[in-house]
Amino acid sequence: MSATTVDAATKPMNMIQAINSALDIMMGRDPDIVVMGEDVGFFGGVFKATEHLQAKYGKTRVFDTPITELGIIGVAVGMCTYGLRPVPEIQFADYIYPALDQLVSEAARLRYRSAGEYTAPMTVRSPFGGGIFGGQTHSQSPEGIFTHVAGLKTVIPSNPYDAKGLLIASIEDNDPVIFFEPKRIYNGPFDGHYDRPVTPWAKHPSSAVPEGYYRIPLGKAAVVREGEAVTILAYGTMVHVATGVVAEMGIDAEIIDLRTLVPLDIETIEASVRKTGRCVVVHEATKTSGFGAELSSLVQERCFYSLEAPVERVTGWDTPYPHSLEWAYFPGPVRLSRAIEKVLEA
Amino acid sequence: MAEGARRNLPPLSLHVPEPKFRPGDAVDYADFDRGEPGAVVRPAIDADPATMREHSYSLVRVLDDEGKAVGPWDPRLEPERLVAMLRHMALTRAYDDRLYRAQRQGKTSFYMKCTGEEATSIAAAYALHRDDMCFPSYRQQGLLIARNWSLVDMMCQVYSNRADRLKGRQMPIMYSAKEASFFSISGNLATQYPQAVGFAMASAARGDTRIAAAWCGEGSTAEGDFHSACTFASVYRAPVILNVINNQWAISSFSGFAGAENTTFAARAIGYGIAGLRVDGNDALAVYAATEWAAERARSNAGPTLIEFFTYRAEGHSTSDDPTKYRSAEENVKWPLGDPIARLKQHLILIGAWDEERHAVMDREVAELVRAAQKEAEAQGILADGLLQHPFETMFEDVFEEQPWHLKEQSRQMLDERKKAGI
Repeated sequence: MSATTVDAATKPMNMIQAINSALDIMMGRDPDIVVMGEDVGFFGGVFKATEHLQAKYGKTRVFDTPITELGIIGVAVGMCTYGLRPVPEIQFADYIYPALDQLVSEAARLRYRSAGEYTAPMTVRSPFGGGIFGGQTHSQSPEGIFTHVAGLKTVIPSNPYDAKGLLIASIEDNDPVIFFEPKRIYNGPFDGHYDRPVTPWAKHPSSAVPEGYYRIPLGKAAVVREGEAVTILAYGTMVHVATGVVAEMGIDAEIIDLRTLVPLDIETIEASVRKTGRCVVVHEATKTSGFGAELSSLVQERCFYSLEAPVERVTGWDTPYPHSLEWAYFPGPVRLSRAIEKVLEA
Repeated sequence: MAEGARRNLPPLSLHVPEPKFRPGDAVDYADFDRGEPGAVVRPAIDADPATMREHSYSLVRVLDDEGKAVGPWDPRLEPERLVAMLRHMALTRAYDDRLYRAQRQGKTSFYMKCTGEEATSIAAAYALHRDDMCFPSYRQQGLLIARNWSLVDMMCQVYSNRADRLKGRQMPIMYSAKEASFFSISGNLATQYPQAVGFAMASAARGDTRIAAAWCGEGSTAEGDFHSACTFASVYRAPVILNVINNQWAISSFSGFAGAENTTFAARAIGYGIAGLRVDGNDALAVYAATEWAAERARSNAGPTLIEFFTYRAEGHSTSDDPTKYRSAEENVKWPLGDPIARLKQHLILIGAWDEERHAVMDREVAELVRAAQKEAEAQGILADGLLQHPFETMFEDVFEEQPWHLKEQSRQMLDERKKAGI
């Protein structure tokens, strides 16, 4: 784990509890922070990430919204203009598209187009990714749409400790942040073996979360496992799939959890690939124009003469996310281990 | 082949709206019901929207054809205030004329006039507090001028020159002026609508006293942003004024493509349960009175107001279109609600506060003000001067608060490439 400032004792938390704790702490520290979204108020959110916040901070700081994502983000931009720091929730990342214009043309460009007169310091939280039988409208990973936009930061945590520290850093950031929460791992790390019992977070070291304030800086990746044989670049749920596969294969891989896609920790990536000479990129999102294409390109641009093998991408297929065939779509342990073998054999 | 024909059912037909008049057509506004000046009731500030339905289908008018102020909406403003308003309207028109010509002279890339619509910004600005937050569309230069914003500063933006505070990043007229409570203009239409509601909600949540106002054209009321904004404004009773400038034309598309054949734009308010007013937008007194009513309503926590200002876009959409190619030139001449400057002038002369001579002097003065401002602005450069206005690396600034490595790298790359190419 990277440098952090801890001012309280730790407590075992799952991802939801860690996110809730981050929101609670930040709302307590900064009266400008408001939480808004569909069902986030009295009910506390469909995943309970905002539970108890309305009772604690009141209805004018934590409130339900009409079902219009463009309205939620548009209103958040206006609140930023007033001087607030909204943390809107988009109930599922799959629902974020109606808000694209307000995110891409407004929030992302406001600082630039007004030369700093107006800014949009909002953090858009949204559960994303599959593995929960959500079909094509509750499973998508649209991060590549947002990493393509100048002016947006994209953050994806992979465990409770990071989720809290990164969310606090995102809320404190003065630029708009897309904060995607891998919902498959809200309640426990998932190694991709969907036919095995779910492991709770309590058994994972990252579930020890400080109760107080701490931040994990944006733009810093975590080396989850040091190794010499191959570099695996992952984020979100896929960090745990990679960890499981590497253990099963018994190989000396280096696993990097990117944590922030924009700005990207290119130094950590470069140092690792120069050391290992091999690289596998893994994400759940569709392949074509996915963030893996960016990673693969950066690695070959910057580490070409260190590479022993072509960079491999393991991703979701270029299809809508299917319901019944979910586990054929999900880039699980079988596909990842084959890609690693291929890169190691080359 | 359509199923219906085979099933012996009457064939369906698709209605595609068509404006009444096209180029060369004789224009006749006999069908246009402008109502009687002074005839519309002025409801209580906290009136239940359900009791105001007729206000969405009538037209609030104060000035009659002789220039007399009549009826309950007469704001009874001091003559000096009206003269100041007239002067700001004249200044706006002179500013537009000058910069339109500057574009035609090749000094900048683009310009948009608000000719004929001056009252919808200037009289509205007079009825608001200076710190009420304005979320304009692209034809509200009158707001800045009414708030006495520097013409030179505005022109530097139009020229994207060295003194342009926006560093040449925005197309001409996409102003931003936080000190004047004037939001950064977006070229994407109606995005400012939910933003205005958000500002108003924040102000209310904080127990502040500032309200917000937004402007959009009738064409962009078709955007989802308009409807999301109305929903939010209604749900949270936000202290916001939502202005629709119905100038009847969205580039070449007449208002029928936003639904005007079937209802009014003010009537959109009825479905959202918010107060709606339909107002003669070329009557500065009516614009002032309607805005004042809506502002007082918002300030007293009685909720939002949607105001349709009925007006006419007297010129093209921008410097990029020729209106004679899609509408009849007679429309402007015969438009029954006239010209806002001529009508306010007529009123002031009627009440003995103004005369032709003073008007002529004023016109010369505002033209001179604009000329002097233009000279000062052009001393800081014009767009046609080329790529020398802003240091190249400024292109990479303000994307984020702090420049990440990839932008630093690209900035260096650009400078290196230019250096190597000898440019």
